[in-house]
Amino acid sequence: MHEISLLENVLEILLEYAESQDFTQVKKVCLEVGQLSSIETDALRFGFDVVMKNTLAENAELEIIIAEGLGICQQCKKMVNIQALHDPCPLCGHADVKVAQGMDMKIKDLIVI
Amino acid sequence: MCAICGCGQPDKTTTEQRHMQGHQHVHNHENARLVQVEKDLLAKNNAYAGKNRRYFQQHHIFALNFVSSPGAGKTALLVATINVLKKQFKIAVIEGDQQTEHDAKKIRATGATALQINTGKACHLDAHAVGHAIIDMKLSDNSLLAIENVGNLVCPSAFDLGEAHKVVLLSVTEGDDKPLKYPDMFVAADLMLINKIDLLPYVDFDVSRCIDYARQINPDIRVMQLSVTKADNFQEWTDWLQSNLI
Repeated sequence: MHEISLLENVLEILLEYAESQDFTQVKKVCLEVGQLSSIETDALRFGFDVVMKNTLAENAELEIIIAEGLGICQQCKKMVNIQALHDPCPLCGHADVKVAQGMDMKIKDLIVI
Repeated sequence: MCAICGCGQPDKTTTEQRHMQGHQHVHNHENARLVQVEKDLLAKNNAYAGKNRRYFQQHHIFALNFVSSPGAGKTALLVATINVLKKQFKIAVIEGDQQTEHDAKKIRATGATALQINTGKACHLDAHAVGHAIIDMKLSDNSLLAIENVGNLVCPSAFDLGEAHKVVLLSVTEGDDKPLKYPDMFVAADLMLINKIDLLPYVDFDVSRCIDYARQINPDIRVMQLSVTKADNFQEWTDWLQSNLI
């Protein structure tokens, strides 16, 4: 359940931006979650309302965009789509595919008042 | 209701139109605006971890982050390790558990310094809490710092603490397919210790299959097999520590 900790980080960033960007209310939060990150989007959605209650983002909408998993096959050197961390190369079957995208989770943007 | 901001005004635009407009508001919200953030949620933790790592390097402190399921033998491993190495090296331990001082007390009984962090509802240690612990503990230069994370094979994988290596323990009373079931942790770890090998005759755990699974997801992972309680093959582990501490 580290989704709750990550959502607390979201709230911290919202509070920092509220000060620097001069807003008092957040209407929408757009998160980008990597397909290969250890993040469960259902748990994020579940925790979002709980963590944002009684804050500047109470009742804010949550949008989650999934960043697809990409890796570079260490044998055929091609950029390939991978669904999970231990997926072999879909082109040549080689086991060693170095992840290039899809491990991160970030706040993309906000709609604020 | 407006699907963008939940403001109660009717939303007449289609999703496609909204994307064309870059998620801008299309109706009357006074002062409503889009703020670009593009900020990684782990950036703050990673910045604290970087500070911890620089501190460890400056003071020649070899820091290890021990991770496993509950009950794999992390605390027992640390107690046994301290008893072997305490005459040669200064050793300190940070204990992470949701509740209680039990593990820190076990470590202190060996004579080593231990600080307990109770994470409360959190399922992992983070680099900020570890940074405070480092200051409170006044670590010695040229020492070993063992950080025993909360027993959990999922969440601690995402949080860098500034350690030199993550060491994952797996005991033979668990399933030999754990590397595939919890790949994030086995990808993050540099060393896998297979513990309780004295129990192999009584359990259905295939050591070579387990190692194959681990290397399938992390070809570079180093593996040692040992029994902490029977001291089987324990020297390979303490030799490895010594070679990193000198």
